[in-house]
Amino acid sequence: MPPVLVFARLTLREARRRRLLLALLILTLIMVASTTWGFSRLWDIRVNGRPPGATFVRTTASQIMILVAFMFTTVIGLAATVVSSPSISGDLESGQALSMLARPIRRADLLLGKWLGFVAMVVVYTGGAAALEMLTVDWVTGYTPPHPLAFVAFTSSVGIALVTLSMALSTRLSGLVGGVIALVGFFMSWIGGIVGSIGLALNNQPLIDAGAVSRLILPADGLWRGAIWSLEPALVIAGVRAAGPGAASNPFFAADPPPTLYLAWCVVWVLGLLALAFWSLRTREI
Amino acid sequence: MALAGLTMTVPPGEAFGFLGPNGAGKTTAVKLLLGLTAPTSGEGWVLGRPLGDRETRRRIGYLPELFRYQPWLSAREVLALHCELAGLPRSSWRAEVQAALEIVDLAGRAEDRVGTFSKGMQQRLGLGAALLGKPELVFLDEPTSALDPVGRHDVRQIIHSLKEKGTAVFLNSHLLTEVEMVCDRVAIVDHGRVVASGTLDELLGGHAVRIRVTGLKPSERASLTGFGDLDDDGEWLTVRGLDPERVPELVAEVVRLGGRVYQVEPRHQTLEDRFLQLLGAR
Repeated sequence: MPPVLVFARLTLREARRRRLLLALLILTLIMVASTTWGFSRLWDIRVNGRPPGATFVRTTASQIMILVAFMFTTVIGLAATVVSSPSISGDLESGQALSMLARPIRRADLLLGKWLGFVAMVVVYTGGAAALEMLTVDWVTGYTPPHPLAFVAFTSSVGIALVTLSMALSTRLSGLVGGVIALVGFFMSWIGGIVGSIGLALNNQPLIDAGAVSRLILPADGLWRGAIWSLEPALVIAGVRAAGPGAASNPFFAADPPPTLYLAWCVVWVLGLLALAFWSLRTREI
Repeated sequence: MALAGLTMTVPPGEAFGFLGPNGAGKTTAVKLLLGLTAPTSGEGWVLGRPLGDRETRRRIGYLPELFRYQPWLSAREVLALHCELAGLPRSSWRAEVQAALEIVDLAGRAEDRVGTFSKGMQQRLGLGAALLGKPELVFLDEPTSALDPVGRHDVRQIIHSLKEKGTAVFLNSHLLTEVEMVCDRVAIVDHGRVVASGTLDELLGGHAVRIRVTGLKPSERASLTGFGDLDDDGEWLTVRGLDPERVPELVAEVVRLGGRVYQVEPRHQTLEDRFLQLLGAR
């Protein structure tokens, strides 16, 4: 097996042995069970004293699901950062890297292998948890998001962006420092997105630009917008559009997916940061 | 600059002791030789290949000074991981791992998590990992720092056994008695420069004998210079560079000259004496 895949497998094995996967599984089951119970209670709402119709329940479920997805994406972002930020620095500080890098492998093998391991964890966890949540919501409300695969792709991409940033920082900084920087970046990106939404509501170009710049610096919020769009039913999109730009500036609403050019930028951003991380690890003393 | 102008030769089947005080550059030298650190300038070769050559690392084993292994893996799994990273054929892993476990006396703890191991056991595991794949050259950086006396004895035996199999051993240590017991050649490094190197005999100036003697005139004492370098402090006469086979001949000559011999004791300069002498003169 190529060394890259050896390290990817090692990363997954570490997550399993350290019971990270078990902890995530238990927490996810609790989260899905509790939210499913909440969704099922939508049928208890009375509209003018009468039971709600299926359209009302499904539309309401779609908006609540966006809030659940927001919590879910935040958890993925936090977990991806916390788990990956000490990955390289931890190996270097503990000395584990010394014996491994003295073998006939490249330093890039270690970095790329761990990155692949974390990416696999993010994608599998996001896909599994999202599928479970969507299936149970469909079961109790009859609502299915319009673009479930796109949701998994966008939400995974938020995790991948944060894993890449954390690992790049981890080549030079301790896990604590790198993790704090990545988390601050994550939240600043999110706040930057809200600032952009406020700018849109107030028709204020500098605020709109600030939001756009923050999405370029760290594409977490930009990708989260894609995740929102993937959950938004056409009925809601049409309604909000009709209500004008004020309603459309809601930070939990996205009428369109991110432009292809922006998605291309996200790919360049991840690849560029990975290249920087390779260079950083290759040129440092072990 | 941590190191400058190092040239060392470690022939197959020999143990080379690399000595120096803390901060002398010993670990930096090993990392340079393994390509873990790049030289700021200059070049070097290990096993006939340039420093940092990846393929050369297939032929090298390394026990780092800072030895830590995945605490969530078992000892057997750590060794299997290193077999895989070393590029050994999968068919050989089982035998390689078992042999390494037995050599470092960890066969009974093979399935236990490394996180439950003492520091000494982790160092043994590191030594086992360094021996995987029968390397031509083994770097051992302070290999007994965490070991008890039994463990140190075991490591000495392992080094002797490696030498017998034709493996070159590069021993980085500041435990001088240990180096003296296992190494054929030694280099003493200080401030990044080799201040002395050679075989132990070359470095320590050969054998010497001390004789407690009275009744010899100064001229008679001086006539003994034919046996070696004399160091006369009155009561004791030290003759350096003397072949041990000639000690009876020396004593007979002293008696023939009318001297009264009370005590004869072999004396050789220890590595510690020489080490302190060299570093004291810096």
